[in-house]
Amino acid sequence: MAIIENHKTVGIPLCKEPKLSARDVSVFYGEKQAIFNVDLDIGANEVIALIGPSGCGKSTFLRCLNRMNDTIDICRVTGSILLDDNNIYDARVDVVPLRAQVGMVFQKPNPFPKSIYDNVAYGPRIHGLATSRVDLDEIVEKSLQRAGLWGEVKDRLHSPGTGLSGGQQQRLCIARTIAVDPEVILMDEPCSALDPIATAKIEELIDELRENYTIAIVTHSMQQAARVSQRTAYFHLGQVIEVNTTDKVFTTPQHQLTEAYITGRFG
Amino acid sequence: MTSQSTREKVARSMKRRRASEARFRIYGMMSVMFGMLCLVVLFGDIFSKGLSAFRQTILTADIVIDGDYLDINARSDVSDLMNANYEGLLKEHFKNEMQPEGRSERRDLYSLISVGASWQLQKEVLADPNLIGKSITIDLIVDDDVDQWFKRDRSKPGASSRFSEAQLRWLQTWIDEDRLATRFNSQFFVNGDSREPELAGIRGAMTGTLLTLLVTFFLSFPVGVAAAIYLEEFAPKNRLTEIVEININNLAAVPSITFGLLGLAIFINMFGVARSTPLVGGLVLTLMTLPTIIISGRAAIKAVPPSIREAALGLGASKMQTVFHHVLPLAMPGMLTGTIIGMAQALGETAPLLMIGMIAFVVDVPGFINDPSTVLPVQIFLWSDSPERAFTERTSGAIIVLLGFLIIMNTAAVLLRRRLERRW
Ligand SMILES: Nc1ncnc2c1ncn2[C@@H]1O[C@H](COP(=O)(O)OP(=O)(O)O)[C@@H](O)[C@H]1O
Ligand SMILES: [Mg+2]
Repeated sequence: MAIIENHKTVGIPLCKEPKLSARDVSVFYGEKQAIFNVDLDIGANEVIALIGPSGCGKSTFLRCLNRMNDTIDICRVTGSILLDDNNIYDARVDVVPLRAQVGMVFQKPNPFPKSIYDNVAYGPRIHGLATSRVDLDEIVEKSLQRAGLWGEVKDRLHSPGTGLSGGQQQRLCIARTIAVDPEVILMDEPCSALDPIATAKIEELIDELRENYTIAIVTHSMQQAARVSQRTAYFHLGQVIEVNTTDKVFTTPQHQLTEAYITGRFG
Repeated sequence: MTSQSTREKVARSMKRRRASEARFRIYGMMSVMFGMLCLVVLFGDIFSKGLSAFRQTILTADIVIDGDYLDINARSDVSDLMNANYEGLLKEHFKNEMQPEGRSERRDLYSLISVGASWQLQKEVLADPNLIGKSITIDLIVDDDVDQWFKRDRSKPGASSRFSEAQLRWLQTWIDEDRLATRFNSQFFVNGDSREPELAGIRGAMTGTLLTLLVTFFLSFPVGVAAAIYLEEFAPKNRLTEIVEININNLAAVPSITFGLLGLAIFINMFGVARSTPLVGGLVLTLMTLPTIIISGRAAIKAVPPSIREAALGLGASKMQTVFHHVLPLAMPGMLTGTIIGMAQALGETAPLLMIGMIAFVVDVPGFINDPSTVLPVQIFLWSDSPERAFTERTSGAIIVLLGFLIIMNTAAVLLRRRLERRW
């Protein structure tokens, strides 16, 4: 299979009130191009799911949105990504405040080898969000509450975060991200290392978080995409083939590649 | 081909495979046993020779501190107390006690007691001048020949040939009177080097080693850690850093004597640092230890999972914050392990220190990093070259002390590494 020449994304890749809008984004790892001229909007307070076969560039695209790709030496990004009308790839943009504004949850839960409290308090501390100990305590409590973890850990805030179960660790990572008060949360297959019960909890959580945050989630599971997202973008070999409301993608896909994927012919 | 014959073939090949596995296991066990045997022989040899260095023979004597003979009294000032003729007093005492006949017998008698004995007497008097005029019981250090004879050779045939008939008679008298005995050799740990084996100790060399290692540590640890962090986290990956990296690895393999030559040329001849001091020794050993610390430091940084870095960066931590808040604390046990191993190597290093003059005969215990001094391995080297049997014994004794330090340091490194492993 090769990439499609002059492909134009089918469906509705753009929206009226975008929080993030990517225009003509291409990504290269050295000589190799991983993302091809993507135009895609992410609306405010929506959950957008990015699906597609492995290696199609979902993670790569997601990591463009908070410039995590900057940490990879050979990675080069062209095009523009606007966050509230400001191009985050502008030369004057500092990635430090950007990453506070666009938080990220990773595939494998990666709490710091520190206490639960310190995990959540780390972001607010480095960004100077709390003026006092009481303030910080409050931020930690609120973040853990929002991540649905407070009840389970409130009696052992000072035991190590790495001692929690996988699902709890991932919710701790979400709490840690929420603690710096981001506007957008990027999630890269956040449930792929978790069991079904922990997964259900996280999915529930994503639904609640939508009220306050804009969320882009990469997922392997089409059921998950269907459960949590409003719009779904189908990636194929670095191109966005189709973007539509989630219902539509899973019931009446417009592009044959999308249909082939969701009916399980490859992936 | 039927499956029957396949089974048979497999069965036959199993026999061969088992035999070769058994053979391989035997080879492995033989190698391990050979290694263990070498270790046992080495340790056995060193301990059998060296343990007696920790015991010293003494002669108990009742000596009258004759104020008239010494020309001092309880109110004399310190310099008079110090300069009084204690040696003469001792000689008088033993002349009266043993009644030697003629000059040569007298000389034989005096040679049984160490020259250090008069210093012992002096020390007693300095500590308490009221002893003047009284009789004291004191354990005097004997000469190294008597020490060796009493500690190990007495029962062996022909061992007494070093002594004259009169000397043997006197020694036998002392033994009969139960006045010769061995006790813990504190001299060995509190004295510096000496030409008299029974007075020679490792305190000077140990202090020199300590000061040298302190200089080495305070130079090589910060520089090594900083270099490791820079190379691993901040340096751009290009041709230049690649060359730097290759050369650091090469430096780790350079024979240590080369660093001695380099130190001689640069630190001593160019910058005029005093030779034979812990300062210049530490500088040279720093050159040697740095590559080890940098290489192990980089390995420790590499071992920190990238997910931790991503987590910090994803929260908006800057590169510096990521490194200093997360990577460095996790890499620190590994870095310390590497540092301890580097310091242990430096501890045992002799060749480069010979080049910068640390082989000098130094009696005084160094007080600071620019005092002339020697170090334990060089002291061992110096003593091993001396013909006296008492020095052979002390050579092994010093080796035991050195091995003790090495074992302590390596154990610390292993314990640290264990802690590191438990972290994930
Ligand atoms: N760090 C990297 N260096 C080089 N190539 C990479 C790197 N990360 C990803 N790629 C390549 O980019 C393509 C997209 O990868 P990725 O975004 O991880 O896919 P997905 O998340 O959809 O499975 C793949 O072909 C992969 O080999
Ligand atoms: Mg991925």
